[in-house]
Amino acid sequence: MSFRKYLVLAGVTVFAAAGDSMLSHGMKQTGNISIHHLQSILLAVLNPWVAVGIVLLLAFFASYMNALSWADLTYVLPATSLGYVLLALVARFALHEQVSPLRWLGIALISGGVGFVAGGPALTAHSEGGLDSKSPLLAKEARNGAPPSNQGAPTNSAADAIAVSGEVRR
Amino acid sequence: MKNAYTWGGILVVVFASVVGDVLLARAMKQVGDVHELWRRAGLWALVSRTLGNPNFFLGVSAMAVAFFSLLFALSWGDVSLVAPAAASLTFIGNAFAAKLFLHEKVDRRRWIAAVLVAGGVALLAG
Repeated sequence: MSFRKYLVLAGVTVFAAAGDSMLSHGMKQTGNISIHHLQSILLAVLNPWVAVGIVLLLAFFASYMNALSWADLTYVLPATSLGYVLLALVARFALHEQVSPLRWLGIALISGGVGFVAGGPALTAHSEGGLDSKSPLLAKEARNGAPPSNQGAPTNSAADAIAVSGEVRR
Repeated sequence: MKNAYTWGGILVVVFASVVGDVLLARAMKQVGDVHELWRRAGLWALVSRTLGNPNFFLGVSAMAVAFFSLLFALSWGDVSLVAPAAASLTFIGNAFAAKLFLHEKVDRRRWIAAVLVAGGVALLAG
């Protein structure tokens, strides 16, 4: 996986955590919103913390969609949960808040889960190029096409087969 | 009775989030790798192809339903129950849904990850 893709996953984590905390900070300043006074939601948007929070959450959504375009849902989701870990670490080391042992256990569990997923492939092979993928067809063509072309130009057909199977695996 | 409302609300949140995630993942697989598409056809083509995808529209709608049902569930139950329960059940639900509907290869590694992350989120969000 390329550096750019790791950067997108980092964006998913950081933008979600930063956006949520800014929204939460801003909403505490604006106070409670009653269901009978929904117009106060519009006023809340004018709070700079809320406004920046919304922009960051839009950035999160863009990175999340970006990641989902080249990786499995079950690969990307643990990255979103790393945001909780990030927030707890910021609370402990930047804001010097107390983090309970149960929360440290939670951090360990999430980090372990992310480690498990990150060690495997990002994308299930068949979903390459969309759900209605042509990859199995390509593989079939490669299998069917290989014997006749083997007779003519063995070197080329072998190279083609490798290229096609590489395309399928990628 | 209040308990039943709270858990009913949590289940609606989880269901809508899972539906939203699956639809958005399917939409983005149909759109294709955004880096490639941007380089080949430009930003405008990428944006119009994403926004024009019906699954994207339905996924965002399901996410909106999940958001508003979360607000209702929070008004019925304690935040210390609703937030972690909804978040961690969504992880487990997504692993099942990704295997069933997106045909992702959810192997033992990913099941263990889903359970660990769900447990960790429940502890952190609580």
